[in-house]
Amino acid sequence: MGRYALRRLLMLVPTLVGMSVLIFLMLRLLPGDVVDLVAGADPSSGSAAREQLREAMGLADPIPVQYLRWLGGIIQGDPGTSIRSGQPVGELLLRSLPITVELAVLATLIATLVAIPLGVLSAVKRDTGWDFAARVGGLIGLSLPSFWIATLALLFTSKVFGWVPPTRYVSPFADPAGNLRQMILPAFALAVQLMAIEMRLTRTTMLEVLNQDYIRTARAKGLRERPVVYRHALRNALIPVVTVVGFQLGALMGTSAIVEVIFGLNGVGYTLLQAIFNRDYPLVQAATLYLATIFVLINLAVDIGYAFLDPRIEQA
Amino acid sequence: MGTSTRSADDPQGQTRAQAPTHPRAEAEAPAQASTQAEVEGPTGSTAPAQDRPRPLALGRAGRPARPWWKPSARWKNPIGLVGAAIVALTILVAVAAPLLAPYDPDAQDADRLLPPSGAHLMGTDELGRDTFSRIVFGARVSLQVGIVAVAIALLAGTALGIAAGFFGGRLDAWLMRGVDILFAFPGLVLAIVIAGLLGASRTNAMIAIGVVYAPAFARVIRGSVLAVMSEPYVDAGRVVGATNGRLVRRHVLPNIVAPVIVMTSVYLSSAILSEAALSFLGLGTQPPEPSWGGMLNLARTYMELAPWMAIFPGLAIMLVVLGFNFLGDGLRDVLDPRLRTS
Repeated sequence: MGRYALRRLLMLVPTLVGMSVLIFLMLRLLPGDVVDLVAGADPSSGSAAREQLREAMGLADPIPVQYLRWLGGIIQGDPGTSIRSGQPVGELLLRSLPITVELAVLATLIATLVAIPLGVLSAVKRDTGWDFAARVGGLIGLSLPSFWIATLALLFTSKVFGWVPPTRYVSPFADPAGNLRQMILPAFALAVQLMAIEMRLTRTTMLEVLNQDYIRTARAKGLRERPVVYRHALRNALIPVVTVVGFQLGALMGTSAIVEVIFGLNGVGYTLLQAIFNRDYPLVQAATLYLATIFVLINLAVDIGYAFLDPRIEQA
Repeated sequence: MGTSTRSADDPQGQTRAQAPTHPRAEAEAPAQASTQAEVEGPTGSTAPAQDRPRPLALGRAGRPARPWWKPSARWKNPIGLVGAAIVALTILVAVAAPLLAPYDPDAQDADRLLPPSGAHLMGTDELGRDTFSRIVFGARVSLQVGIVAVAIALLAGTALGIAAGFFGGRLDAWLMRGVDILFAFPGLVLAIVIAGLLGASRTNAMIAIGVVYAPAFARVIRGSVLAVMSEPYVDAGRVVGATNGRLVRRHVLPNIVAPVIVMTSVYLSSAILSEAALSFLGLGTQPPEPSWGGMLNLARTYMELAPWMAIFPGLAIMLVVLGFNFLGDGLRDVLDPRLRTS
């Protein structure tokens, strides 16, 4: 077990390095010159001034040198300075991270609380009206764009209650009720697709587990249906669901960008989008790397957790 | 209660669980093959559904076997058929857009922000353009982006997957390492960054979505190729001197078609959603071209005055994506019972 975790941890290093190289190259090789952006359309800035600027920004060095300097900065906790605002990128991201994390966690909670009971119900009542409704509902949920749900939710609250959630982030530690009022709508919009995914998966794995010999044994020894379903079946069926929930939690960190934009929440995704529109390269680089790193770390945690839950994995 | 009935049928369930390890045995047991077993029977000797007698099927145990001229039960798939109908309708609307749209989608009119009426089925937008006409023409954008993006992913993924699976060894290891790194990014983040850096346009959105989906195709195709490579007919082909090209064309490609078709349908739905998301963020199709995501984005500004602007484009996205999801679900049931998720 410990060896498996260690091996996975070591495999993380080449992945992270590969990701950082890819992000760095994408930003260097794609069209557009950073110097043009900084110097602006100001025609008075001659080519000499531009070269000076290029030199000062370290863009005159060979690309590998630039990469190593950037990587070194990140390892020392300094991923650069925003071209647009002049603020340290690390600070900007650290400020927006809690919003995105809270949104993703809250959405996962909402989705799981609704989806797992529905999935179990659908599997236990297989091929009934309940099951059909849950299956069709699941496919509809998969097809609902989160940005549409978010837009409609805003429309609904403003029309019916004459109220829209405030955009200035309220910390859950300072004002839990205010924070929840603010986050519940965006979290719900984010949760719908995940809900559908979890529900469909719970249904499938429950159906599989209910076919296992040990379920028949449990029934044969005269156990009532309830403990068979909840203690014997559900516990085993949830193992793959937990993994998928973990992966999706990581993915939500990215998808939440759209919902953050709609609700005006200053999360990491929102910051990334602003940076892209402003061509604020240091910020784009760092925000992408942060989001991807969180995604990879969550996936690693899920994999290791899965091996703990299901000892058969270790041999693989 | 499905499950409590089932325990009463246990003796029968057990005999069936033991007997049909041979696929033929299952197909020839006429009584049980009536409904469920038919879906799983021919291919699914490993499928768990074998010893899962449905109470319904057992209730009609005496029903005669299906005559050969009737379509197999697995083709009677209501969800898949509804999906196919929605997809066909969407294609029709996209192709016949100029005939169906009552107005020019870009024609501006003095009648701004009109609610839905007989003259304007879905109302008008902030420039007096007819929302219905824009939605009809938006179908073209959605389908075009979806198809081109998935085609990019399919071509790149097939090339990478076959190269990795067929040649194996170090090439496989390196290619899959690269695929893993692309996989390490949350999909939408990568699409946003690529589309944003290339410059916001429809073409770049297609490229971005295609690049993001390619690794998924590469992985699935590699897995299928590996499965095919262990079949005896590949060795047989080698023995009689078939070239690599011939092996790939005659043996590998035809046998990986089923999973690829299912995957294409499912990814078409995601690609359409992603295009809408990118256009919504201003990174995809640019105004004044009518795209559903872009229309939704505009609608946010005028939502209070003209809620229909926010409702209809979203409905259109949902319906088309739902069509492809239904179709994918149905195709999965028909083409690949082992992958059944429902």
